[in-house]
Amino acid sequence: MSSTEVNEIEELANQEYKYGFVTDVETDEAPKGLNEDIIRLISSKKQEPEWMLEWRLKAFRQWLTMKEPKWPNVEYPPVDFQDIIYYSAPKTIKKLNSLDEVDPEILATFNKLGIPIEEQKALAGVAVDAVFDSVSVATTYKEKLKEMGIIFGSISEAIREHPDLLKKYIGSVVPPTDNYYAALNSAVFTDGSFAYIPKGVRCPMELSTYFRINASNTGQFERTLIVAEEGSYVSYLEGCTAPQRDENQLHAAVVELVALDNAEIKYSTIQNWYAGDKEGKGGIYNFVTKRGLCKGVNSKISWTQVETGSAITWKYPSCVLQGDNSTGEFYSVAVTNNLQQADTGTKMIHLGNNTKSTIVSKGISAGRSNNTYRGLVRVGKKAKSARNYSQCDSLLIGDRCGAHTFPYLEINNPTATVEHEATTSKIGEDQIFYLNQRGLSNEDAVNMIVNGYCKEVFRELPMEFAVEAQKLLSVSLEGSVG
Amino acid sequence: MEKTDFKELLKTSFLTAEVGMNGERMSEFHQIRKAALEDFLSLRVPTVKDEEWKYTNITPITGKKFTTDLPAASAGIAELQKFFFNIDKYLNIVFVNGRLNHELSGDLASLEGVTISTIKEAFVAKNPAAERYYNKTAELKGNIFAALNTSFVAEGLFIHIGKNVAAEKPLRIIYVQKNAENLMVSPRNLIVAEKGATLDLIESYSGLDQTSSLTNAVTEIYASENAQVNHIIVQEENHNSYYINNIEITQEGNSNYKSLNIALGSAIGRTNMSTRFTGQNSEATLNGLFIAGGTQLIDNHTMIDHAVPHCQSHELYKGVLGGKSRGVFNGKVMVRQDAQKTNAIQENKTILLSEEALIDTKPQLEIFADDVKCTHGATVGQLSEESLFYLKARGIGDQLARSILINAFADDLVNRIKLEDMRNYLEAKISARLS
Repeated sequence: MSSTEVNEIEELANQEYKYGFVTDVETDEAPKGLNEDIIRLISSKKQEPEWMLEWRLKAFRQWLTMKEPKWPNVEYPPVDFQDIIYYSAPKTIKKLNSLDEVDPEILATFNKLGIPIEEQKALAGVAVDAVFDSVSVATTYKEKLKEMGIIFGSISEAIREHPDLLKKYIGSVVPPTDNYYAALNSAVFTDGSFAYIPKGVRCPMELSTYFRINASNTGQFERTLIVAEEGSYVSYLEGCTAPQRDENQLHAAVVELVALDNAEIKYSTIQNWYAGDKEGKGGIYNFVTKRGLCKGVNSKISWTQVETGSAITWKYPSCVLQGDNSTGEFYSVAVTNNLQQADTGTKMIHLGNNTKSTIVSKGISAGRSNNTYRGLVRVGKKAKSARNYSQCDSLLIGDRCGAHTFPYLEINNPTATVEHEATTSKIGEDQIFYLNQRGLSNEDAVNMIVNGYCKEVFRELPMEFAVEAQKLLSVSLEGSVG
Repeated sequence: MEKTDFKELLKTSFLTAEVGMNGERMSEFHQIRKAALEDFLSLRVPTVKDEEWKYTNITPITGKKFTTDLPAASAGIAELQKFFFNIDKYLNIVFVNGRLNHELSGDLASLEGVTISTIKEAFVAKNPAAERYYNKTAELKGNIFAALNTSFVAEGLFIHIGKNVAAEKPLRIIYVQKNAENLMVSPRNLIVAEKGATLDLIESYSGLDQTSSLTNAVTEIYASENAQVNHIIVQEENHNSYYINNIEITQEGNSNYKSLNIALGSAIGRTNMSTRFTGQNSEATLNGLFIAGGTQLIDNHTMIDHAVPHCQSHELYKGVLGGKSRGVFNGKVMVRQDAQKTNAIQENKTILLSEEALIDTKPQLEIFADDVKCTHGATVGQLSEESLFYLKARGIGDQLARSILINAFADDLVNRIKLEDMRNYLEAKISARLS
């Protein structure tokens, strides 16, 4: 069989993934491989100041001395970091003032994804910083946000335009030396978002970025930084879809949040990277470092995530509760089907007094997948009256999948009250029978039960996301019930 | 460099001791020791970088030079009196500084259907059960401390309960140390309960003085079909000593194993307890209580392996930590792919009494079957202010009120012991420890 035939067959076989398509846009690519020259190239392409380049090189040198972590409960062939293109940008990049200037093909891509920018602009009141293959193409509503003093745009732009803010905050929550993938990201990140909410401002709309991996063989290294000044509020949405690929693609993002006194950041994610086909071929490796710092008193950071995609997910959105009375929240639904593997959870580090954290994690495993919750609750010696409530439930669909729970509780202060609960169950035949009786098909019945099971988390999502999440869940679990 | 010293030193001790053995050197029992020494030397000494030892730093143990020459027995009956009560009701098996003391022990041949001897003797007598089961638990492989134990077992203890025999008396295995500065003792117990056998077993480890020793024990228990084993472990080493115990239980179908693991003593105390089901409809109860103060570190690792369907497990570990003590609980429930209809409950509750005490708890579930009911929970807290207020409002002083509440918390497990005098003895001991 010729290779084209094979490809055709594969394409046909892999049709389940709705968003699997490639847009032909000329891309400006760096050669494969990673070395200091590539980093210099990225930095110069991004027109970055000297300090940024130094920062990247420092991270890279650190990365060279680090070892890939092996502790997650996931298995995958070793990643060849020299076989990745670290920079690729749509060639049509120019300063854009309106949507008309955007490459029509890119716009069509967004339309296929169901994210019509123009519609959203008018309808949803969502400012979209659309990241297309690592470079921001269009930023909407920027002017309106600007009036309020809110800075929202790509991080590369921010490095050029707001060097003081960037210098102060980048790497302050996730230092470049934090872990293997954070170091890699710090060295090679090509884009991402930056949001700055000034003192006392309540951001009037949900800030949103859609990420999309396009060109083949490019790892996506995004870096997001959100700073909420005293008394401000922001809700940030992050959603991803990726086209179908046969080679595994690496995604190693870093997200840093900083909340100062009385500030609140709400960060919601829907992750739907390509998960590989039924045999586990292809799919994205999603190795992400996300951490929020509740720096000020009464600050609050809330993570909500719906993880349905990726061949391998490896992420632990964390909260460092440094300010007194600060609050950290983590709501998560992680779905794995076929041969997907997920090792996800959170870390709540209580350092200030009267800090509170809530963890609600719902894992659903189907097919031959493995779903792991791994969470840490640490109460520091000086953190008086810390309070934590954790609940992690696992739902198993089918008898060839695995659900794992690894909670770590490290309590160094007697005034802490920490609770952890976990259950594992399956969808009962009686429940399905009850719904069958009422005229629902097996698949609808399962969807209904699963959606009910995840309700606690979906409730935390902004409306548009909640609707999308429910749809996503049913697509992800398609074919899991016999 | 200390690490290699630890191993090298023990290797030298082993070889020196071997020269002094006469005929024993060629015995089968000694061949097992020799093989275990090879394993011990090939394994890496764990550090806090190993997940299983993340919270327990054992450099105080591995950095020390231990002697393995067991001295001749010296403790008199008078000192042991405190461990003996109702001699008629129990069969005591006493080991002083690692050696079986016949003078202090009861008549080992007195129970019908029960064979008690040292493992060494059992091998000489070619006891088929001893040969079949000794050092055969797969989980002991790769465990450096188990390998260390196997290579230094002096005599070991073999208990065999015959088919359908209900042991007339509870067995009390008493390990005591005296004048044991820098002594490493390697207690080894092999307990085989044949089909339908029933046994009450109490295992205790104590120091009679304040000398610093290392107890590195291994207990293997086989519960055959329909067998029932009730097991109590009492660890009350002195606070200068170190204690490591690997307890491995294998359960065949319809068997029932219950344990209560009480840890009160030692500077560093680590227990690895694991049970695995090899037959359906079995049940295991793993309970534990740890009370620590001062700078003690008490670490309990448990593992329940549901390898077959239709088994049940219950686990409740409670801790009371004061002073600058540290507690570690790491409980794992594994439900394998075909272990449908499993029912597993795991709980860990800890009370922290002081600012400096700390607990690291990690209750884990690994589930590969879908038709199961598994829950786990962990709580860490302090005495409830409301309960304290309630008692104080009734004229009870702060001190007493606290002590009532803590005792009630701990007693929840101890009052489940069916042997009345054992329960009273332990209750008294625990309330003394808590006051």
